[in-house]
Amino acid sequence: MAVVSGPPPYPDTRVAQPRPGQAVGFFTDSSICIGCKACEVACKEWNHVPTDGFNFLGSSYDNTGELGANTWRHVTFAERPAAPGGGDGQMRWLMNSDVCKHCASAACLEVCPTGALMRTEFATVVVQEDVCNGCGYCVPACPFGVIDRREEDGRAFKCTLCYDRLKGGMQPACAQACPTQSIQFGPIEELRTRARRRLEQLRQEGRKEARLYGVDGSDNEVGGLHAFFLLMDEPGVYRLPTRPATTTRDLPAMWKAAAAAAGALAAGVLLAFAGKGR
Amino acid sequence: MSSSEGPFLKAPLWKPEIGAYLFSGGLAGASAVLAFVARSRGNHRLARRALLTAAAGAAVSPPLLISDLGRPERFHHMLRVFKVTSPMSVGTWLLSGFGAAIGVAAASEVLGVLRPVGLAAEGAAALLGPGLATYTAVLLTDTAVPAWHQAHRELPFVFAGSAAASAGAAAAILTPAEAARPARRLAVLGAAGELAAAAAMKRRLGALAQPYEREPVRRLDRMAQSLSITGAAILGLLGRRRPAAALGGALVLAGSICQRFAIFRAGFDSARPR
Ligand code: SF4
Ligand code: SF4
Repeated sequence: MAVVSGPPPYPDTRVAQPRPGQAVGFFTDSSICIGCKACEVACKEWNHVPTDGFNFLGSSYDNTGELGANTWRHVTFAERPAAPGGGDGQMRWLMNSDVCKHCASAACLEVCPTGALMRTEFATVVVQEDVCNGCGYCVPACPFGVIDRREEDGRAFKCTLCYDRLKGGMQPACAQACPTQSIQFGPIEELRTRARRRLEQLRQEGRKEARLYGVDGSDNEVGGLHAFFLLMDEPGVYRLPTRPATTTRDLPAMWKAAAAAAGALAAGVLLAFAGKGR
Repeated sequence: MSSSEGPFLKAPLWKPEIGAYLFSGGLAGASAVLAFVARSRGNHRLARRALLTAAAGAAVSPPLLISDLGRPERFHHMLRVFKVTSPMSVGTWLLSGFGAAIGVAAASEVLGVLRPVGLAAEGAAALLGPGLATYTAVLLTDTAVPAWHQAHRELPFVFAGSAAASAGAAAAILTPAEAARPARRLAVLGAAGELAAAAAMKRRLGALAQPYEREPVRRLDRMAQSLSITGAAILGLLGRRRPAAALGGALVLAGSICQRFAIFRAGFDSARPR
């Protein structure tokens, strides 16, 4: 891993406690992630998420694979040449703890036909387990491939941003467990300020490759992420799509096309009866 | 050497039952329109058969949909809400309304009772039919799957054509040839529309149409084309003879089924290129 030099990234350790009704989220700063997977473990423990198998994936230190019904935090590992072009054979290790983005415009929620997926008072996106009937529509709707169905259970599951802990005035388990402040929890607005300040700091240290991902709506078409990231390379390196979009933004065009096609179908039937005969 | 590269979507979970429903729902919706127009033109033999086909298509659809759920016993949770942002929600209500109307219409037709009610129900089903046949396109395109989503302008027309072709073909098989002329014409028109719209869809998709060039989708897609073209040609040219009508109709139906499954499967490969 590249050495992080300069002043400590977050001298003001504590993020403000969110007030009830305030939008909250995660800011995940990959530049200080050490790949310990404490977040993955804490999430599983707190949320009673079943095992996702003890697999050896042969892909760096990542044996988790991807987010899914039984993986709500996923630490991605990427081994990349330290210098662009990779001249001296030095490697750098890029780690990032991925999670549901709790999109401002969430496709999973919009397509859910039962209303099981809902927006909470914290502006997070949560599946109501007693409502979901496992139709699976949310799964291909998510532009990040986050939500999935737990096959032995039949319902869809994903990160709840520890809804139960939020209601109890606690921060999510992953943020609590993270030993480096790579995962920060708090009111979105404050996290945005922190993220931009941190980017500024890294840039001043000459880390030109640092960039923010999803901090607002400028690099995506999901209206901004409520779980956004500071990355040290292209998003694809971290399993993140370059320009994610909420499918439902095209819904007016889709319904219009369907209505036109329905009209064409009716016209076609009338046409079949045109002319002589019956 | 990273965790993974490439598109990171989850593939749809839908089983082949949903592919089959794309066909049965389309067949039902278009048949209801055919029945209604035939009735209004006084072609009662054609109307009766198209109506019963529509009822059969509507009857098999809910079991197909419910069996695909992770929790089938909770199917009625679909009826808690109505959401235009969820084509599955819209479709649930469309199919419920259509099913009720076509059920009443078919019962009245078969039993010969309550004819005014039956005819009104037939009209209601004909009103909902085109929507039932085309909303399924939005069901697929309202996802992040590139080969579906990026085809959102053309896919409803593919499905409308496919539905018209199958409704015409089924009626051409079931109806005495002298009363089946509009059905044969509908099958030919529908097949032409389906093929033209599918070609336009692939042009629009450009590089995203790649799943259509790989097995198993490629074979399904080619079969859809040759079956539809051959079937439509037989229906159009020789359809006045019953055996030829039966053969041509069967080929068009098979072509329509292949078309649905090609598009259905293409989405899986598009979300998770192998
Ligand atoms: S990342 Fe996917 S699962 Fe999470 S809120 Fe957005 S659309 Fe839903
Ligand atoms: S699987 Fe459950 S949460 Fe997902 S869309 Fe269907 S009902 Fe909603």
